[in-house]
Amino acid sequence: MIEKPIKDYDKEVKNCSCSYCGNNCDDITYLLKNDEIVGVRHACRIGASKIINDQDQRLLSPMIRNDEGILEETTWDVALDKTARLLHNSTRPVLYGWGETSVEAIKKGIKIAEITGSVIDNQSTICHGTSIQAFQNVGHPVMTLGEVKNRADVIVYVGTNPMDDHPRHLSRYTTFPEGFFRRNGRQDRTIITLDPKYTNTAKVSDKWIQFNMDEDYLLFNALRMLLKGEELEEKEVAGVSTQQLEELIKIMKNAEYGALFFGLGVSQTLAKQKNVDVLIQLIEDLNRYSKWSMLPMRGFFNVSGFNIALTSETGYPYGVDFSRGYPRFMVGETTTIDLLNRREPDFFMAVSADPGVQFPGYTIKHLVNIPTIQVDTHWGPYTELSDIVLPSTRVGVETEGTAYRMDSIPLFMKKVIDKPKNCHSDEWILTELYKRIEQLKQEDE
Amino acid sequence: MEYILKNGIVFDPKNNVKGEQMDILIKDNKITDEVSSNAKVLDVTGKLVMPGGVDLHSHIAGPKLSIGRLYRPEDIRRGIKPPSRNDISGFEAGFSLPTCPTIGYRYTKMGYTTVTEAAVPPLEAKHAHEEINSIPNLDIPTLTLFGNNWFMLKYVKENRLDDLKVFISKWLKLAKGYGVKIVNPCGSEAWGWGKNVDGLDDAEPHWEVTGRQVITSLTRVNEELGLPHSVHVHTNDLGHPGNYETTLETFDCVKDIKKNRNVDRNQIIHCTHVQFHSYKGTSWRDVSSGATELIDYINKHNHLTCDVGQITFDETTTMTADAPMEYDLFRLTGLKWANKDIEVETASGLIPAIYSQHAPVSVLQWAVGLEFFMGVKDPWKIALTTDSPNAGPFIRYPKIISWLMSQEKLQDMLDNDVHSWATKRTDLGTYNREYSWDEITVITRSSPAKILGLEDRGHLGLNAKADISVYDIDVDDFDPTLKSNSETIENKLLNSKYTIKDGEILVKDAKIVKLVKSNHIWCNVKGLENSERLLENRIKPEFNKYYTIKYENYGVNDHYIKPDTQVNVEYMGENYESN
Repeated sequence: MIEKPIKDYDKEVKNCSCSYCGNNCDDITYLLKNDEIVGVRHACRIGASKIINDQDQRLLSPMIRNDEGILEETTWDVALDKTARLLHNSTRPVLYGWGETSVEAIKKGIKIAEITGSVIDNQSTICHGTSIQAFQNVGHPVMTLGEVKNRADVIVYVGTNPMDDHPRHLSRYTTFPEGFFRRNGRQDRTIITLDPKYTNTAKVSDKWIQFNMDEDYLLFNALRMLLKGEELEEKEVAGVSTQQLEELIKIMKNAEYGALFFGLGVSQTLAKQKNVDVLIQLIEDLNRYSKWSMLPMRGFFNVSGFNIALTSETGYPYGVDFSRGYPRFMVGETTTIDLLNRREPDFFMAVSADPGVQFPGYTIKHLVNIPTIQVDTHWGPYTELSDIVLPSTRVGVETEGTAYRMDSIPLFMKKVIDKPKNCHSDEWILTELYKRIEQLKQEDE
Repeated sequence: MEYILKNGIVFDPKNNVKGEQMDILIKDNKITDEVSSNAKVLDVTGKLVMPGGVDLHSHIAGPKLSIGRLYRPEDIRRGIKPPSRNDISGFEAGFSLPTCPTIGYRYTKMGYTTVTEAAVPPLEAKHAHEEINSIPNLDIPTLTLFGNNWFMLKYVKENRLDDLKVFISKWLKLAKGYGVKIVNPCGSEAWGWGKNVDGLDDAEPHWEVTGRQVITSLTRVNEELGLPHSVHVHTNDLGHPGNYETTLETFDCVKDIKKNRNVDRNQIIHCTHVQFHSYKGTSWRDVSSGATELIDYINKHNHLTCDVGQITFDETTTMTADAPMEYDLFRLTGLKWANKDIEVETASGLIPAIYSQHAPVSVLQWAVGLEFFMGVKDPWKIALTTDSPNAGPFIRYPKIISWLMSQEKLQDMLDNDVHSWATKRTDLGTYNREYSWDEITVITRSSPAKILGLEDRGHLGLNAKADISVYDIDVDDFDPTLKSNSETIENKLLNSKYTIKDGEILVKDAKIVKLVKSNHIWCNVKGLENSERLLENRIKPEFNKYYTIKYENYGVNDHYIKPDTQVNVEYMGENYESN
């Protein structure tokens, strides 16, 4: 199907940053008519639909769940007062989410966590937190995406499917574009996908190596052994023939500049951070012969920004517990899923995240029993669980703010159109909450 | 607000005040010679008074720090301190990688008011400035990395120094940078292919440009622009035995370049953390100190200055844009290695380092650093740094000062504490020098301010910035040369009696009493705007092709640098001092 180009617009705003995935494409043109976005240029389909068709299911007024269990519209003052009081009176609050808001809002959230003794955590806890653990175990050899575009002749995608999840990753950043040292773009590069499934990324790759699910650890170790010149006794490892592995490691060893991207298919399968540990070691070893670097495929457009902001302020990247007045971080102890599974929290606020979609069933069950607050733009499963709903605005569209791309390049995202009248930015909402909590604290003294 | 800082023992080397008992008058944010009767008297009778501390090379903000914190929670845990009840500052976290607020607290309590962030890639300059907004109480100039930038390499290769000049002028504005930083020129670009360059004249394989060309070209351009600070150079071959020859060549390669007439500083090149660049030998087995030759050169020439990068015997974190060197260290130590290559601009790397007083190489490095302190005769040519956190975290400055002021202490360390390489492989044992308070003031205040070209600080003259530190040391009744006093020196210098910045009391009796936003200091060249616009138009297509963000989204927006001090430089064309 060919879509007709949009001609009916009266204004275009160029170089906007997309607020969907960790690519943060900053070359998007918004087409406006009567101060509404009617079209976008350069964005992928997911990004475009997020930017254009975003009024559907929009949260437009603050709401509180009444005694009959129905969400009822209310005023901002009532909703904010009640949220502040619940948070102030709780003993084990968790502030979760943050992947789709600005660093400015996140910093306000960290302040609230500090004065209320909360745990503050983001989506890393269920996604690339394991990768961060591996970085802490082994090392962190990364690059910005432009290094890949300009230099890479071999690109490996492991356990990730950017063609569907980060659609412009190959077209704008890694595979297809002309690079300074790769004038012919795609033709100058070898693309290899390692995945148990035949994904759309595998389809556009030069080589697809299928391996058995949950045997990543075995597979990467075998590659390390081959790189070190050792012989494998087995004919196949993780469902891949030894011969195929030998060919793969030869290509990797002979690369001029190699880049490896990995996704949750590595970091959330059986051995979790151990998979990433050995993958990092493989990259380290490869640097003896060639130049290699790697990068986790971060999901939301500012999930990386949360890790950065939290390390700037508290030293730790996610799962920070302020219950003692100073930050503590211990995976399994201070991370959201573990806390909820132990039924510890007595207050839960999600900002720009939907735990109703993201969390396991057993974990979600506890959310039914405690006060739950939603700060977000859209109605979703978590709305159905929430006691108070605070409708917010879209960063990069209705609100400006800073976000960090998956490779940690900071971008300032623009405000292009006005927000719905009765919505407020996350930053505003959190600032208001902070003020109210400070006041409650003073009243206590 | 007006203050009279009464009866302190004042050290103000620039104005030739060497420990005189006198009053310092403050009006608003300046030192003055007259105050009204409303002025508040701060009695500091007999106490040590100096200008606010100035650090010309430290790593405190930006992507390197973030990576360090992210991958070293063990370091964060080492520095945890719950918020104190009688202090307005919050919790502290991190030892070699303190959190942003912690950096501000610790420097302020040490009496420091200006700290330079020494390496910012323009692509991630927003990150650095965002972090500066979380660091309280300091003035922070940032140095912008140019030594491996592709546009620079192209202009140098094609000998287009006019374009290079305009490029630097424009890029400092985009990055809101203060000065030109060069790190392992061409080596970090070669690291894009897993390689390094060997010395000053080894050309980068693709660009066919050498470190010598980069350093001399950027020095020429820096002087033509008349930037307040000179080029700030981390020379090639850091941390390699035998590297002192490269360092010596680097010192010498710019000596015929003329200095701009309008600048206050004396040098045209600042060579940073020279300790790491001063080794003889062919391997870590036969390594020895090359400091003597370098010190001799520094003593005989006036076109260069240096800071030390003193080892402090800590477990710390190294971080540098010299990424190939970090991979060498990884091969050497096997500790966890971090690396980040940044498109079109630079690379960077990190690795934990454990400097032990029992390890021969650590001790050699420690002794080489001290050789510079002892050997460089004119303290105005040298500044105290640890290249924090590379050779040790900045909270060790007071400890280093205690070593410099007491031969007894130093001798005791040589005799009893440190490995014998300190005396066998270096000349440290041959020196017999003790720093005076006056000289300490020079290397921690006056000289770094002068080297940076920040004329309004580092001294207490009329109209100087009212940045002052007072320490609870009764100068006339205290003998810093005694070994038994070295712990007291460290303690007192870590916890100032007063830290005053811009006429505001930030620390009183070792407690932080006020938090203010840090000030972003950057350099704005005026008079090249038209050329900049033309260059911008030419660069944009290339930029948008080889970077992965748009040129329009590249620069640091103004709201990231509030409050700021814009150091204006009028471009006057070629305007050199005659030799």
